[in-house]
Amino acid sequence: MNQVTIIDYGAGNLASVMFALKRMGIEPVLTSDPEVLIKAEKVIFPGVGHALAAMDALKAKGLDVVIPKLTCPVLGICLGMQLMCTHSQEGNVAGLGIFNEIVYQFEPNQKVPHMGWNTIFKLSDPLFAKIQEHSSVYFVHSYYVPVSKYTSAASYYGKAFSAALQKDNFYAVQFHPEKSGVIGEQILKNFISL
Amino acid sequence: MLCKRIIPCLDVMNGRTVKGVKFLDLKDAGDPVELAARYAIEGADELVFLDITATHEKRKTLAELASKVAQAINIPFTVGGGISSVDDALTLLYAGADKVSINSAAVRRPALINELAARFGCQCVVLAVDARQTEKGWEVYLNGGRIPTGIDLFEWVGEAVDRGAGEILFTSMDHDGTKGGFANEALAEMSQRFHVPLIASGGAGTKEHFVDVFKIGKADAALAAGIFHFGELSIPELKQYIYNQKIPVRIL
Repeated sequence: MNQVTIIDYGAGNLASVMFALKRMGIEPVLTSDPEVLIKAEKVIFPGVGHALAAMDALKAKGLDVVIPKLTCPVLGICLGMQLMCTHSQEGNVAGLGIFNEIVYQFEPNQKVPHMGWNTIFKLSDPLFAKIQEHSSVYFVHSYYVPVSKYTSAASYYGKAFSAALQKDNFYAVQFHPEKSGVIGEQILKNFISL
Repeated sequence: MLCKRIIPCLDVMNGRTVKGVKFLDLKDAGDPVELAARYAIEGADELVFLDITATHEKRKTLAELASKVAQAINIPFTVGGGISSVDDALTLLYAGADKVSINSAAVRRPALINELAARFGCQCVVLAVDARQTEKGWEVYLNGGRIPTGIDLFEWVGEAVDRGAGEILFTSMDHDGTKGGFANEALAEMSQRFHVPLIASGGAGTKEHFVDVFKIGKADAALAAGIFHFGELSIPELKQYIYNQKIPVRIL
């Protein structure tokens, strides 16, 4: 089993991600040290909170420079995924630029945050092995990434949006696999066995 | 399509689940973590833990509980009961809770909502509100329904949403414990006026009540305690029934 490293930069769901891995029998490494990160075998980039504050926290530790350079499989979760894009409307902040996409705010003509269990479809990468089309996973977010060439799973809330993105060694999910029951556990397992 | 959520609520006192009717005749109902894990396996979409411990030990026991629940279960959960500062919320969220619910403390000091939203994001902040219908409209009550405030429910919810509450948990005291159905009229008005998710609470007695609260009350989620704890209604049976009525719910 590969060592899994979680980027520790004060994200709100860090404990949840760690506990989810421990339930699977994995003892993750938590680090905010770029030197440790660059040598990692699998990296999880969690995130709950505000994009601007999170980017500041990454920059303060030099993580904004090291994350895009990682060559091992990386999984961004929720805000982690949004920060991997070029720009976010939340706080009008520049992201890490791994995915050349803009993160938009949901229009207020529907309830925001998009909160709860929603279905994912057009599943198209190894992260979704053994996951059926239209499985339900748990989302909570007010900003979204449109469907693009990177989209490896879509969901629908007023419009279709990216539930997951993928490019080279970078994987990202808008939903919370650590809070998505057995489906979420399978997705985490799939990432770990990449 | 976004699913409607079914949320069992666990009242916790001194770290143990208690069962009672309207906070009276409380009986020990065992370990909240075990009960939570069972509900998660049965298909609950989320859980709410409400600490009704009266002592200052509450903060510590609630944080310990949040950590144990987060370690054991793989669905989101909210904790509430006596949270009145950013520090209180921080302890619980870093212990592993996904959201915190605030009630009386927010009425007494509304800026608490702004502070929590700024620090943790709106999605972490659930405004719980207890209200009763009077001749003048719906009135907000504090301290588990013991203290009337003279504050109008809809005005307060509007202010709370403007201040950054990301979700509303509305309990109708008139319906709570009656098993006669939810306060659908007030819920529908609230759901239409405020564009944040709405959790309906108070009045669940039958499967039909849940269908009504989604169809008529326009709620995004429905919370219940007694009917689940006492085994009157099983979650898989309830969700299958709702699904059969063509309402989107998560079926395991």
